[in-house]
Amino acid sequence: MTTDSTLLSARGLSLFFSEIPALVDVDIDLWPGEMLAVVGESGSGKTTLLNVLSGRMMPDAGTVWYRDPSDRLHDVQAMPAPDLRRLHRSEWGFVHQDPRANLRMGVTAGGNVGERLMASGARHYGQIRAAALGWLQQVEIDADRIDDLPRTFSGGMLQRLQIARTLVTNPRLVFMDEPTGGLDVSVQARLLDLIRSLVSRFRIAAVLVTHDIAVARLLAHRIAVMQRGRVVETGLTDQVLDDPQHPYTQLLVSSVLQA
Amino acid sequence: MLRTEALAKGFTLHLRGGLHIPVLAGIELDVRRGECVALAGPSGAGKTTLMRSLYGNYRADGGRILVRHRGTMLDLAAADPRTVLAVRHETLGYVSQFLRVVPRVPALDLVAEIAIARGTPPDRARADADSLLSRLNIPARLHGLPPATFSGGEQQRVNLARGFIGGQPILLLDEPTASLDDENRAVVVDMIRQAKASGTAIVTIMHDAATRDSVADRLFRLTSLQEAA
Amino acid sequence: MKGYNFAYLDEQTKRMIRRALLKAVAIPGHQVPFGSREMPLPYGWGTGGIQVTASVLGADDVLKVIDQGADDTTNAVSIRRFFARTAGVRTTTVTGDATLIQTRHRIPEARLREDQIIVYQVPQPEPLYRLEASRAETRRMHALADYGVMHVKLYEDIARLGQVAISYDYPVMVNGRYLTAPSPIPAFDNPKLHMMPALQLFGAGREKRIYAIPPYTQVRSLDFEDHPFRAGRAPHACTLCGADDSYLDEVVVDNRGGRIFVCSDTDYCARRRADGHVGAQGLPKAAE
Repeated sequence: MTTDSTLLSARGLSLFFSEIPALVDVDIDLWPGEMLAVVGESGSGKTTLLNVLSGRMMPDAGTVWYRDPSDRLHDVQAMPAPDLRRLHRSEWGFVHQDPRANLRMGVTAGGNVGERLMASGARHYGQIRAAALGWLQQVEIDADRIDDLPRTFSGGMLQRLQIARTLVTNPRLVFMDEPTGGLDVSVQARLLDLIRSLVSRFRIAAVLVTHDIAVARLLAHRIAVMQRGRVVETGLTDQVLDDPQHPYTQLLVSSVLQA
Repeated sequence: MLRTEALAKGFTLHLRGGLHIPVLAGIELDVRRGECVALAGPSGAGKTTLMRSLYGNYRADGGRILVRHRGTMLDLAAADPRTVLAVRHETLGYVSQFLRVVPRVPALDLVAEIAIARGTPPDRARADADSLLSRLNIPARLHGLPPATFSGGEQQRVNLARGFIGGQPILLLDEPTASLDDENRAVVVDMIRQAKASGTAIVTIMHDAATRDSVADRLFRLTSLQEAA
Repeated sequence: MKGYNFAYLDEQTKRMIRRALLKAVAIPGHQVPFGSREMPLPYGWGTGGIQVTASVLGADDVLKVIDQGADDTTNAVSIRRFFARTAGVRTTTVTGDATLIQTRHRIPEARLREDQIIVYQVPQPEPLYRLEASRAETRRMHALADYGVMHVKLYEDIARLGQVAISYDYPVMVNGRYLTAPSPIPAFDNPKLHMMPALQLFGAGREKRIYAIPPYTQVRSLDFEDHPFRAGRAPHACTLCGADDSYLDEVVVDNRGGRIFVCSDTDYCARRRADGHVGAQGLPKAAE
């Protein structure tokens, strides 16, 4: 299998929930520093794909390989649990649609951002706090909120806090599940701009699951279109969206309302 | 610099029962360094289709699109997405008819980020962007604003600045002066001439014959396949 | 005592508990589940400690029982008498004379020896108890040594209060591997856990867990490099014996809020007074 120095590669992923096909023979490639958007409607399998790629779910068939910084390939399913957990804590990140799923609501903003550092062995309070302050600044949260509880934050702020918490360990690969879902439009715009600049500045590779084609167009280099568990079309984002080949892609693109 | 061989492009509308519309067939285009070729032909003949195909925005059905990239001729029609992105980044610039607006980013940064991505230090990039926007008569007070609220002509000029600041050796300009008044049109003509002089190969679509003739070295005529069919 | 096995528990139960203890000693700081038996006192009164003591007690042992450092509180007296009656072993209040010490919430001031065993009564064996509600998740965290959240708690204290606000049951890393709850001993006692010559056994009856720290094991209280652990104590000397290095109890002595500070370890205080040390108020006898 030639992965040609891809960061993450999957071949033949299949997953059935009883009779229902969630994933059918899915292949994915992701190169360092690139963002791949996975778009589709509800039930397309895109969130399942994200979970399988990140090792949170086991497929019925297929393999996922990850290339670590020392250029070694790892079979994500075969990795020992401690190694996978360590990976999730450091080189990988996962941004959930609901930030509350990934934040400790009873812990201050600074504690939330610093946790991954502490989990990776950081033992200097001053340095942890400084790193947390730096990242709060990156995600445009006021520095004086560092000791506030997330309970007092708005939806957009919570999502930005989740992003800071995720990026604090400088992950090379981030999985994002509808990161702007459920947010007000103006808040979305700010968040998308932030993601765009952070991903490009820190050369983060990302798999972004979204049902919003406009988000994919704005953020992603490549796009994969999913329908009922299959990837029906994949390629350069602007090409797939401007010159869709597959019938379903054409349907999807033509259904988007223009503002 | 840029050459097509037997380029063909059509559209299959699956939502209309698989209706197939051929637009381009057997296109043989050849553009040299420092040369400006204007695509000409009636509406619907495929001028924009050809331009978008050259950029990789449309997928060719057949033929080759050869681009001089890093010293060798590369077939863009057969290239994988990452290669296309690399070609766009270094070799092939594109000014589209419409500015796709990114939320919140000021005009200056929209222009500067192209240069920064090409390796220019941020301060120099911002200075270059500033002077380019000023040359295109975008007043300084607008530089710090996101272009969403700009007029059509202003948006087009931001687009132009983004296209020209990259310094790519091949430029595709789709109706670069369509929304501009006489003064700004003259500025753009000037910029095109300057680019040509420094060796840039240019393909352009301009419906205004006078402006077109003032920059184009020759015309490339397209006829509508629909009429012929 | 007629009708009861030696030290109350039947031999099969003792064997089961000893197996758990061996496992615990083999994996320092790791919590081992055990089949906690019905004891003649309710949960919360030391059933875990009693079961461990009953399982390791031998006819030649000399038993000391303390409660918050004192030999003469109700609970200490009751448990000591319980074993005197069901095992017929010699008992003592002198730390140096004991071979087996059962304790609630304190470590004796006198340094323990290799031939001694100390048994701790533990209410809550899980150090992550308040931070992670799911037991399944805490087990996973222990298995994967995923202890970041504990440092988050310390971080929060420092951010809010300027210092770590844990005064008892201060979490420790045992043998560099397992995060352990040392039972509600004061933070002051934590340094004594480190490289102790005696065997340390921990029993939680209600939670049904046993764990252990073998002799001469590394035990480190959690801290930050720039906020190192400090063993705090009241900045006073014992009123009775003058000790300035022992853990003190604060005792209110009159209706005007007058108070004195006395050694929590009654045996330690008595030894010192017997040796001629006299405290500030020069009291010849302990004022109870």
